[in-house]
Amino acid sequence: MKKIFAAALVAAATSMSVSGALAQSATLAQVKSRGILHCGSGTGLAGFGLPDAQGNWTGIDVDMCRAVAAAIFNDPAKVKFIPLSAKDRFTSLQSGEVDLLSRTTTWTMSRDTSLGLNFAGINYYDGQGFMVRKKLGVDSVLKLAGASICTQQGTTTELNLADYFRANNLKYEVVAFASNTETVKAYESGRCDAFTTDASGLYAERLTLSAPADHIVLPEIISKEPLGPVVRHGDDVWLDVVKWTHFAMLNAEELGVTKANVDEMMKSPNPEIKRLLGTEGKYGEAIGLTNDWAYRIIKHVGNYGEAFERNVGQGSLLKIARGQNALWTKGGLQYAPPIR
Amino acid sequence: MDHSTTGGGASTVAGSRAATSDEEGVKTVSTIPTETVQPGKASLFYDPKIRGYVYQFALLAVVGFLIWSAASNAIENLRAQKIASGFGFWHNAAGFDVNQKLIPFSASGSTYGQAFYVGLLNTLLVASIGIVLSTFLGFFVGVSRLSSNWVLSKLAMIYVEVIRNLPLLLQLFFWYNAVLKPLPDARNSIALPGSIYLNNRGLIMPNPQFGPAFQAVVIAFFLAVVLAIAFYIWSKKQQERTGTQYPNGSITFGLILGLPLLTYFIAGQPLSFDLPQQGRFNLTGGLQIYPEFVALLIGLTTYTAGFIAEVVRAGILAVSRGQTEAANALGLRAGPTLKLVVIPQAMRVIIPPLTSNYLNLTKNSSLAVAIGYPDLVQVFTGTVLNQTGQAVEVVAITMAVYLTISLVTSLFMNIYNKRMALVER
Repeated sequence: MKKIFAAALVAAATSMSVSGALAQSATLAQVKSRGILHCGSGTGLAGFGLPDAQGNWTGIDVDMCRAVAAAIFNDPAKVKFIPLSAKDRFTSLQSGEVDLLSRTTTWTMSRDTSLGLNFAGINYYDGQGFMVRKKLGVDSVLKLAGASICTQQGTTTELNLADYFRANNLKYEVVAFASNTETVKAYESGRCDAFTTDASGLYAERLTLSAPADHIVLPEIISKEPLGPVVRHGDDVWLDVVKWTHFAMLNAEELGVTKANVDEMMKSPNPEIKRLLGTEGKYGEAIGLTNDWAYRIIKHVGNYGEAFERNVGQGSLLKIARGQNALWTKGGLQYAPPIR
Repeated sequence: MDHSTTGGGASTVAGSRAATSDEEGVKTVSTIPTETVQPGKASLFYDPKIRGYVYQFALLAVVGFLIWSAASNAIENLRAQKIASGFGFWHNAAGFDVNQKLIPFSASGSTYGQAFYVGLLNTLLVASIGIVLSTFLGFFVGVSRLSSNWVLSKLAMIYVEVIRNLPLLLQLFFWYNAVLKPLPDARNSIALPGSIYLNNRGLIMPNPQFGPAFQAVVIAFFLAVVLAIAFYIWSKKQQERTGTQYPNGSITFGLILGLPLLTYFIAGQPLSFDLPQQGRFNLTGGLQIYPEFVALLIGLTTYTAGFIAEVVRAGILAVSRGQTEAANALGLRAGPTLKLVVIPQAMRVIIPPLTSNYLNLTKNSSLAVAIGYPDLVQVFTGTVLNQTGQAVEVVAITMAVYLTISLVTSLFMNIYNKRMALVER
């Protein structure tokens, strides 16, 4: 009897310590053994992450996940997308339900330092804007004194809104919803005068309204919203994998390597391209992947510019200009450290 | 005198019997230890009493160990992942706004702790009003369902069947869109008499501003309530003694309405109103009742009333038919029969399930999150959790709060139940 009890105690203790150790083990090994990447995505935002009628996810954030899957498995389809609301996303990543969170998440100091998370880069430079009905005759955020404003809870948007209206001494009424869909629906039904979120999101959501032409996006951008993929704190190798996946896509664009010409580029004498595509050096092995990791990414997903234009740029309905998201060589902010 | 002597005799007989059995008891008690001590030397393990204690202690130790290891494991992992823990966030600046707040709250000066109270009060507000309204509606529907009026009873039946068999979340969405959609926008508000406006931002009405002398009116009101109760008790006693009936209703009404009103005019009308004004977007000033609150209140009230109606019907049917027949035979009409004979007896059956319905209503109010009403779950487990990232602490606090609210509700209902229960002698 006593022996059984003691055995149960030991078993309980070991199971506890095992689960404690697992939380710190390499995410990459886990993803490889599972054979599929678990990616936390949004609940549906055109251009960033939206499933189509067949259930295929597309978007610039989705391509981030597909690129990581391509680098690991040489197959961009080996991703399971798990839709997360703004308020649930961090808990889901912390608890290990997803390996990577890629859903228009703003990099802030408190999220980076106190949530046990690490941001792996910035795949979209955004800022917060406002959308109103044309018939209101409002042309500036500063004229929104006394307005009702719909927003999504658990976002930096909610905080920036409070900051901006406080700083400009404007009164307003906030109506916060848990899901993006509910927020847009409430705005459309007339519950609010204005809807606020990241400017890219405003353009995307405007397309979903019944009469997009009746709504305008106000010119002010009231905040910095650097959006990027997020991983758990404490797994540096996995952080490197995600970070360099993004950098590889940027370097590919800078070097002119595209989805179409990547096979030709394998024969390129340019040492930078050779290092990128793995024909020289062992850069992939250093992050636990094969040396042709970047080749796989470009072959399956394309470079950063291609992903941008396809999802949010001229090749999409959103038609957002590159702006701040152009490469540094073209006056934008997108800049990747060299592969060497 | 006769009675007392026989009684005394009986007690002495009983006493002597008790004494003899006591002696026997002493004997047996004294013999047991001498018998058990000898084999007891062999092993304590075979003593059923001690073995029982050992098992219970072991169970307690296992449960304690599981809780302790789960907690320490969580703390360890949080620390390893560099996730902040502890309750230090309580005093950090919140930085977000809430529209409906019963206490002052602003993004600039308020803390997460204050956000918690804003959410808690909003939950309590909707739950308490919902409980009162659903009780009235539930009783009405429940009684209607038993009515001899065919149309009324069928309507009540349809209400109960429809409401009880649809998910509450769906009903909330229905009410939210049904409340919002047909109302005009803020610039074309429906103006009701008394400077009250109705639009898709809610119901905006004059906000009463109480002057310092208004306290006298409040005191007068409570005084009137006390007086009315005192008069009621006195008149009941008087009625029992002399049979004279007093016009209780009108005297109570006159006291409670008249005394504060009189004080109000003597104090120089210390009440003014902040009237809503048409602003650029919306009416400004005034007291605003938000559509989210209205939708949630209607949803919770109608839903819970459906269940309460069934509880009430069951309670009334549990009262034997003979009671009604007896009341009829005494010449009581249908109204007094229900009020004086059936309902008091039915209450005993109704109260326990009624308590669970009150608890359900309170817990269901957390569905507010779906329609943007800033209740505890929306503000605290939603925004605060997300901003601080401290899921364990925030969820634990929220669970403790709901547990407390539910236990307090149960406590009061149990006290009430004890008062209503059949006193058996």
